[in-house]
Amino acid sequence: MRITVTVDGTTYSDEVEPRTLLVQYLRERLGKVGTVVGCDTSNCGACTVHLDGHSVKSCSVLAVQADGCEVTTIEGLARDGQLHPVQRAFHDNHALQCGFCTPGMIMQAIDLLAEDSDPEEQAVREGIEGNLCRCTGYQNIVRAVRDAAHEMRPGAGPEAERVSEATMGTQAGVHRS
Amino acid sequence: MIPAEFDYVAPTTVDDAVRALADAGDEAKILAGGQSLIPVLRMRLAAPTKLIDLGKVTELQGVREDGGALVIGAMTTHYDVVRDPLIAEHAKLIGMATSTVADPQVRHRGTFGGSLAHADPAGDLAAPALALDVEMVVHGMDGRRTIPASEFFVDYFTTALRPGELLTEVRVPKYTGWHAHYEKFNRVAQAWSIVGVAAAVQVEGHTITQARVGLTNMSSVPVRASGVERALVGQEATPEAIKAAAQHAVEGTMPVADGNADAAYREHLAKVLTSRAVTAACG
Ligand SMILES: Cc1cc2nc3c(=O)[nH]c(=O)nc-3n(C[C@H](O)[C@H](O)[C@H](O)COP(=O)(O)OP(=O)(O)OC[C@H]3O[C@@H](n4cnc5c(N)ncnc54)[C@H](O)[C@@H]3O)c2cc1C
Ligand code: FES
Ligand code: FES
Repeated sequence: MRITVTVDGTTYSDEVEPRTLLVQYLRERLGKVGTVVGCDTSNCGACTVHLDGHSVKSCSVLAVQADGCEVTTIEGLARDGQLHPVQRAFHDNHALQCGFCTPGMIMQAIDLLAEDSDPEEQAVREGIEGNLCRCTGYQNIVRAVRDAAHEMRPGAGPEAERVSEATMGTQAGVHRS
Repeated sequence: MIPAEFDYVAPTTVDDAVRALADAGDEAKILAGGQSLIPVLRMRLAAPTKLIDLGKVTELQGVREDGGALVIGAMTTHYDVVRDPLIAEHAKLIGMATSTVADPQVRHRGTFGGSLAHADPAGDLAAPALALDVEMVVHGMDGRRTIPASEFFVDYFTTALRPGELLTEVRVPKYTGWHAHYEKFNRVAQAWSIVGVAAAVQVEGHTITQARVGLTNMSSVPVRASGVERALVGQEATPEAIKAAAQHAVEGTMPVADGNADAAYREHLAKVLTSRAVTAACG
């Protein structure tokens, strides 16, 4: 089946088998290997991307279901060589060890911050409850998300990513202000 | 793992979906949010020949008022249910239970109708549906029919839906002004309820005048805690009275033993969580 999907600002049109998972399509067809697969049970959240502005587990969505949609992956966050504020906050706060959960954690953190621009610690923990980390014990991840909240202007997040290529790099919230 | 091969169609109307389901026969499956079905396909626990995706059937999305009832479209996502102002006003219990389902990513995709049709005994939405006496609206080649919640849940993962039938809407009587709480006990990294209790009450002064209580995962199907309801009505909302009423929570249940809890522990949880749910609802 032919699908047309905009991923990280570029539109692709491809023939896929209906059984192709979105994460497979991203990694194997588009080479977006920043998005990883960490489990077989939809539990770990490592594969989290944004689909039309909302976080989803890309191992639990079929590529055909994303037909006509916009997808943002971890690879689409940095602009002009500048890390997204949430990426930077993870770096600054040592919020990763092996780093396998990090792409999903960051995508989910951005979704959370779009819903709640200054979450309390408990709200951060609940917001990332679908993302498992086997290394950090979460403390520094929670710290990084709250730190990023303070760095970002309210309103940044998935909505701010819904841009065409032409406007990339200039939208609100992706640059430190 | 990757699912086995299947054909895929994405109809845009209920009529087309019903026809597609009839044409495809027994080996076809409905795809709603996919948050239960896609993991099952990935693990190859099922291998349907065809998926009929309801994702583009927009008439099945959203919540509307219809006289004394709310109508929740089967394809309304958990995320939209939690944020819906009509649900907050007239069916708070459903909103509260839905907010405990899974995690944000799963709530963005998973649907109200998909959860009810899936009928997992640990699913959180069946007990509130039963407690609130909702009505399931289904469509098949023979047209439309309605099934009361009390007849919809038949067994583990089994509902009264016949082959070829779609769950299209859920009609919820309005419970405007009722107080509600969903109390759930689960492991941190696995949101599924070990036991859950859905409670809705009407309180006048300090007296409980009406009560509705449903239990999650205390049987192969959700259970209405009628004994608790009877014991609560007419009582002052005191800790002693609520605790005494909650002792009836195990009546009519048949809890299983699994890796999370044995049957006796589930019975203990049912009483404790009922007491907590009713106390929180009475606020
Ligand atoms: C990690 C994880 C954690 C979860 N935790 C919880 C939890 O804590 N509590 C909870 O309640 N749920 C939980 N779930 C399940 C989640 O709520 C699902 O969304 C839900 O069970 C199924 O809804 P769906 O829309 O995704 O349906 P799908 O997965 O698309 O479908 C499920 C089944 O129902 C059938 N079906 C779907 N819609 C219809 C319809 N309209 N008519 C007829 N048949 C239909 C399908 O054919 C399929 O057999 C969890 C899921 C995951 C992946
Ligand atoms: S790989 Fe998607 S949730 Fe684990
Ligand atoms: S840093 Fe290793 S899994 Fe999170």
